[in-house]
Amino acid sequence: MSKNTRSADFRKVDVDELDEEKFIDEPEVSQDDDDTDVISKRESEVKSLTLGGRNLDALKVSLTDPPVYSKDESAKKRNFDIVLDVLTRFRQSEVEEAVKKLDSEQVDILMKYIYRGFAEPTENSCGILLVWHQHAVAVGGIGSIIRVMTSRKTV
Amino acid sequence: MTEVHEIVTGPITCHCWNGNRTKFAMSPSNTEVHIYAKKGSKWEVEHVLREHGSRVTGMDWAKKSDNLVTCGADRNAYVWNFKDGHWKPSLVILRINRAATIVKWSPEENKFAVGSGARIISICYFDKDNDWWVSKHIKKPLRSTISCLDWHPGNYLLAIGSSDFKCRVFSTYVKEIEEKPKETVWGKKMPFGALMGEFSNGGGGWVHGVSFSPSGDKLAWVGHDSSVSVLSKVGGQENTAIIKHKFLPYLTCKFLSENSLVTAGYDCYPVLWNHDDNNQLTFMNRLDQKEKKITGHLSAMEKFKGLDKRATTGGSSDTTLDTTHQNAISQISVFAVDGSGNASKFCTTGVDGRLVIWDCR
Repeated sequence: MSKNTRSADFRKVDVDELDEEKFIDEPEVSQDDDDTDVISKRESEVKSLTLGGRNLDALKVSLTDPPVYSKDESAKKRNFDIVLDVLTRFRQSEVEEAVKKLDSEQVDILMKYIYRGFAEPTENSCGILLVWHQHAVAVGGIGSIIRVMTSRKTV
Repeated sequence: MTEVHEIVTGPITCHCWNGNRTKFAMSPSNTEVHIYAKKGSKWEVEHVLREHGSRVTGMDWAKKSDNLVTCGADRNAYVWNFKDGHWKPSLVILRINRAATIVKWSPEENKFAVGSGARIISICYFDKDNDWWVSKHIKKPLRSTISCLDWHPGNYLLAIGSSDFKCRVFSTYVKEIEEKPKETVWGKKMPFGALMGEFSNGGGGWVHGVSFSPSGDKLAWVGHDSSVSVLSKVGGQENTAIIKHKFLPYLTCKFLSENSLVTAGYDCYPVLWNHDDNNQLTFMNRLDQKEKKITGHLSAMEKFKGLDKRATTGGSSDTTLDTTHQNAISQISVFAVDGSGNASKFCTTGVDGRLVIWDCR
């Protein structure tokens, strides 16, 4: 077999980027500057609520307005850390009651965070996340899992 | 009573009924179209139409003119005419460079719409001078594959569901063959290709099925994000009811009456929804009631045999679902209409190769 002497760099070209008819997601309303402020505020509010023992309220605050439109990965990571922290503070027996008090939109957002938590496991998160998942599915059904998979607005 | 017919062992890609419901056409997930006629209580193949070069993706049978139109992944559509005992195809030049995905005759049967992966809708009508079917394109502002479409009863408007998560209504007024359209709740000016409305349920999910209500004042669509949406333009007021439900996504939806919607999909059973005059969309019931399997008494011998073979002590196979359809339902068609124009029976086909006719209740 003769040696391939010609350049094979063409194989590294990303043809999808060059496609004129490429599907572009709708321009999202990204408030990059406000994001960090909002998240910091949320962080402190959640902290005070958890210290006060009001885990359910802390959960509700952490789930409001997730930074789905943000292009800033670090902002999303910070928000995720806040939510994960709240989720791990619940005892197994308290989870069911907490999920029942959330509305359907909040359950969908919670599901998104649960799956993000599964994707980035830590030592003490997996066990409690599975309990959260079990109860979130009991309330939101399989449809809530489908919405996590199909939604282009990721947390 | 539901009528269950096991037609083929593989998936039925698409099906359509003729005007008097004595025959139906379907494609068994290949390049052929099979025409079935009733022999006694069973349906048997009467004709096999072989013309498409690739998988047949959509078909529709015109009630009055008895013409059959089929479209396929080979970027072609054929209009079939039954004459002297056999079906004769006429090629329709769609001018698309991707597969066709769906085709439907308009209510007056003077034109048909073909959706495709080329992000184009081809509206085809018969050109008498040249004795062939010609197509006109609707391109803007479609941004992705068209997955489903439905005609408005007025013969001018077309609803399109596509994989860019949106549902749109276009005007298909072809001045060569028809009169100027009258104003409807969807708008006044209707030049060919005009976008009358673009709707989304706020989420992200391919639109799998779209349906106009019998009056044309309401539009329903189902998405892959497990949602059912109904847009009502009744009385000139625009109201959207969206339900993000708990079940697996639906693949198809159809209005049975002004207030009743049936959907079906990956859960393998049809579900009835009610959309009332206050724009409330509610789940009514699932049409396929779970059947309790009568297992009977197993002898000790059978139990251990089962344990050995299948690692279960159950007598019957537990790979069968407890629903009538054994796999996803991919299409719903109206089978019978009662005096007031509402559907009294509908038919479903699916990936399990079964055709089931249901009573609407």
